[in-house]
This record gives sequence, C-alpha cells and structure tokens, in this order.
Amino acid sequence: MKSPFVKGVLDGVPIALGYLSVSFGFGILAVRSGLTSLVSVIISASNLTSAGQAAGIAIIAAGGSYLEMALTQLIINLRYGLMSISLSQKLDSTFNSPRRLLVAYGITDEIFAVASAQKGLLTARYMYGLISVSTLGWCTGTFLGASAGQLLPTSLTNAMGIVLYAMFIAIVIPPVKKSRGVLAVTATAAICSMIFKYLLTQVSGGFAIIFSAIIAAVIGALVFPVADEEETEVTEQ
Amino acid sequence: MSLVIYIAVMAGVTYFIRMIPFAAFRRQIKSRFFRSFLYYVPYAVLTAMTIPAIFYSTGSMATAAFGTAVAVVLAYFDMPLIVVALAASAAAFSAGYFYSLF
Repeated sequence: MKSPFVKGVLDGVPIALGYLSVSFGFGILAVRSGLTSLVSVIISASNLTSAGQAAGIAIIAAGGSYLEMALTQLIINLRYGLMSISLSQKLDSTFNSPRRLLVAYGITDEIFAVASAQKGLLTARYMYGLISVSTLGWCTGTFLGASAGQLLPTSLTNAMGIVLYAMFIAIVIPPVKKSRGVLAVTATAAICSMIFKYLLTQVSGGFAIIFSAIIAAVIGALVFPVADEEETEVTEQ
Repeated sequence: MSLVIYIAVMAGVTYFIRMIPFAAFRRQIKSRFFRSFLYYVPYAVLTAMTIPAIFYSTGSMATAAFGTAVAVVLAYFDMPLIVVALAASAAAFSAGYFYSLF
C-alpha cells in the first residue's frame, strides 16, 4: 500500500511534465519582458498559474497600475474559486484550517483536474504530494526557460504546447462515455466556449471560461440532476 | 512602480481567490441542484479551457488538430494521462516535421 504522499507525487508526475513545457515558455516570455531568471522563478513559485502570470508580466512590462494588476488577476483566476468550492466538498475530515490554508495555494487547473478525478475523499498528504511535485516542475521549467529558452528548436517547444490540453482530454473523455449528463455538460461547455471565442469576442478569456462552465454545469444540474448513488461513487467513496 | 509590490499583488489576489472558498465551505452542501452543479463543474471548466484553445496550442492548427485527434482516441480507450499527454505532443511534433518536408 503506497502512502498517500507518494501516491500524490506519482499522480503529479504527468502534471509536472506538462508544467515543465508550459512554464518553459513562461520563462522565455519573462526574460524577453526584461525580468531576470530569479524574478521569473519567484513569480512562478508565488503564483502557480499560467494565464495569470503571463498577463502579470505583460502588465509589469507596460508599467500598469496595481489596481489593473489586481483586477486582471481576479478575472483570469476567478475560475479557481469555482474549483475550490468543488474540491471543498471532497476533503476528508482531517482537513483542519492550517491544512486548508496550505493546500489552497496549490489549486491549479491541472491539480484540480487530477484531484477531482480521484475516487473517494482527498487527504492532506495526498494533496501535499500532488502539489509539491507539480510546483517543482513549474519552477524548474520557468528557470530552464528563462536561462536557456533559445537553445531548443521551435518545432519542439511548439509541440509541447499541447501537453496540458491533451491531459484535460484524457480526464474528460472516460466519464463522457459513461454518463449522458457529463456528455451534455461537455458539449454545452464546448459550444459556449466557441461562441465566446468567435462571436462574443469582447468577453475576456477568463470570463469566457467562467461563463461557459457555469452555463454548462447549470444546464447539466437542471436536466440531468445527479442521483445520490452516482454522486456518492465520485465524491464520497 | 515597484516589482516587489507587483508580485505581491499578483500572488496575493491569486491566493485569496483559491483560499476563501476552500476555507469557507466546511459542510456537505445539501441542495441536490447545487451538488449536481458542483459534480459537473470540473468537466465544464476543463472543456471550456480546452476548446477551442487546444487548436491554437502548437502554433499550427493542422498539427494541433492531429495531436487532438490522437489524444481523443487514446483517451477513449482509457489510456493513462501521461500516455495521452505525451502521445498528443509527439503526434503534433511528427505532423509538424511531416509538413516541413513539403
């Protein structure tokens, strides 16, 4: 029987590998905007978020106001609030306040995805394992990108851009096969997201994700309310 | 404008967004609607983030579409996350190499 921490670390390896490639790109970007590798790594370690960091360094480079910085982060990262509410329902009883405050730091798209795909309740140790290896990958990639980004061929860095999205696909498709509700929610979210991208272009990317997700999940909850057994299987085992 | 304050604002706002709901929601939510909603949120968020962004992730729609197709097929057959992720990337890379020959 593996310890929860080790299981978390193992589950985090794909995330860390994906993060290596994405944060590599962030490192390249940060140095191009005039930051040092040390500052890039500090930003990665303290924020642990891709889109938010990319927007953040753009604001720093442009000399934007602190208010603009705060609002931009709020909008782009508001989806984490939704993920936090969802994960809060899956925490086991040993999750006291200090543990919650600690683990909250590590709620990213990918960590949320892997954690919510777990059968049963989440322990703090599992989350520590998942978050620490992912953070290590995120910071290492940032450092490598900031210090050596120009050395890799573009063809390779381009292909690495798809890694995290492919991981999302691997998380969503299996339940889509089993549940009509999940299928309906997924299809609705995809359609909404495309409408925002191509038609309602004045809505920013962060809000587009939040709106699409809320619309799709509300429709799912209204049309395919989850039966107790089905839900138990996912959240309480 | 100070770099330290910029980073503190970024990190602070991002942390509080994650922390407040996490610390506030202590009990199991009773409402069946809200529980169903939360059950569907992960799939909705991940899909909204993936589509259509994945098609712009490699700098070429054609290589991204090929990588996406490979990911969907492997995911359909319940392959592990890491296999799907790396195979999609390898597929996009090979497709890019293939196009570069012409």
